[in-house]
Amino acid sequence: MTPTLIWILVVLVAVGLYLSWTAGRLDRLHARIDAARAALDAQLLRRASVAQELATSGVLDPAASIVLYEAAHAARQAVEEQREVAESELSQALRAVFADAAQVDAVREAPGGEEAALELAEAVRRVPMARRFHNDAVRAARALRLHRKVRWFRLAGHAPFPLAFEMDDEPPAALIERAA
Amino acid sequence: MRIGIVCPYSWDVPGGVQFHIRDLAEYFLRQGHEVSVLAPADDDTPLPPYVVSAGRAVPVPYNGSVARLNFGFLSAARVRRWLHDGSFDVVHIHEPSSPSLGLLTCWAAQGPLVATFHTSNPRSKAMIAAYAILQAALEKISARIAVSEYARRTLVEHLGGDAVVIPNGVDVDFFAKAEPKPQWQGDTIGFIGRIDEPRKGLPVLMRALPKILAARPQTRLLVAGRGDEEEAVESLPAELRSRVEFLGMVSDEDKARLLRSVDLYVAPNTGGESFGIILVEAMSAGAPVLASDLDAFAQVLDQGAAGELFANEDADALADAAVRLLGDPERREELRARGSAHVRRFDWSTVGADILSVYETVTAGAAAVATDDRATGLRARLGLARD
Repeated sequence: MTPTLIWILVVLVAVGLYLSWTAGRLDRLHARIDAARAALDAQLLRRASVAQELATSGVLDPAASIVLYEAAHAARQAVEEQREVAESELSQALRAVFADAAQVDAVREAPGGEEAALELAEAVRRVPMARRFHNDAVRAARALRLHRKVRWFRLAGHAPFPLAFEMDDEPPAALIERAA
Repeated sequence: MRIGIVCPYSWDVPGGVQFHIRDLAEYFLRQGHEVSVLAPADDDTPLPPYVVSAGRAVPVPYNGSVARLNFGFLSAARVRRWLHDGSFDVVHIHEPSSPSLGLLTCWAAQGPLVATFHTSNPRSKAMIAAYAILQAALEKISARIAVSEYARRTLVEHLGGDAVVIPNGVDVDFFAKAEPKPQWQGDTIGFIGRIDEPRKGLPVLMRALPKILAARPQTRLLVAGRGDEEEAVESLPAELRSRVEFLGMVSDEDKARLLRSVDLYVAPNTGGESFGIILVEAMSAGAPVLASDLDAFAQVLDQGAAGELFANEDADALADAAVRLLGDPERREELRARGSAHVRRFDWSTVGADILSVYETVTAGAAAVATDDRATGLRARLGLARD
């Protein structure tokens, strides 16, 4: 009788340790998602700010300025549900405005334009990076959360199910090549 | 920024990953960052000041060949000590899925971890069995980098998730400014790589050589690399063997001069390449490139725009293309110009800045890298903690 009891106890402790370790893993993944999301937010905001700055600087022609200003403003003001669409539209606006290498050159020739072009090039390069890192974290967390042990023992607690951030983040080719 | 870099392979053995890490570390040092590289090395090997030895790597059979790996209690302790002493803002692990220092660092660290996946190995049996262990370690990595679109695809298929593509870097000017050597000029074809490694493709080139020499008898083939020279020319008719010159292992300087001198650089590799740094080096030196159409090569050569491609392992196609190119100086000049322009994106100034962008993206607002106490927490609670 006693040996059986001891075995049951050992198994229970082992299962408990394993579940606690899994919960730790999950907690770490959620923390990673939060950090990645904060980084993505920072990069998106930075891109919108640089775009807005350029739009109001008078370097671009009035039509391009308005298009860019509209898109940058909408991206910054968008509520959470509209964010992906608004940011995608900013990407499209940037691609439309900087479709020609000549436009990039024009910006660079203006006073202070060199720095502005560099800042924008850096921002449009980093948004896709930050988004990939975020979605990678989301994928890892989802894979673990869908596992039986996590669902049965409710190891995720009340944390919301992580969602990927889907948007069009293709940078304007002319801008990237000029900066490189 | 305080940057820690983990190199999985012995520092004293030359290899692509080691060179990549050396150049990357030196680029960051020039930019004014603090860098420490943790690498396996023999205790008596002279190391650059920024390299910390993780002890000697042990040769063990792994994945079909003998690999030199670091594992076990002592290595893990050294990794912990290095992480603790360094208090890095970011730790960059290379080849994290090989059971060596990279994986140990994943286990021992928490905080902003960046990892670069260099190889695109097909999934090994060991990796399938160890998938759960691997996944728990790899999911700590905040940012993954793949060296090519091809490497990224294998990574996504085998491990899931995603990665950004940042190519390997090359010091373009070092190759572009090398002095050509007159005795290596004049109707020469270059080949650099291990002679006795069939995947480097020298046998394919040897099969193509009689046809090339039949059309252009004045052509010479210059081969630089380790291996048995007798065995390499065995398949060649005796009278043609004098057209092949073996240069043995060459220094970096001679490699650059060789690439500057040849009329055509041929890369007949048959597989196992995830990037193709040698093609970038050849283009930097202004050598027209003719390469097999491996996925990785096609990508480096911009799908054939910056260099010509031939069907992999097809010696006839290789011979035809080589004869055509050797007889067409204008086309070679065009390839030179295109290659030199294309290769700028692989220069360290671009690649290093991109990698730094990744660091800045993951460190923004995050705490520094520390040893992961959750792994030791249990041991500490049971009173077994070392230190």
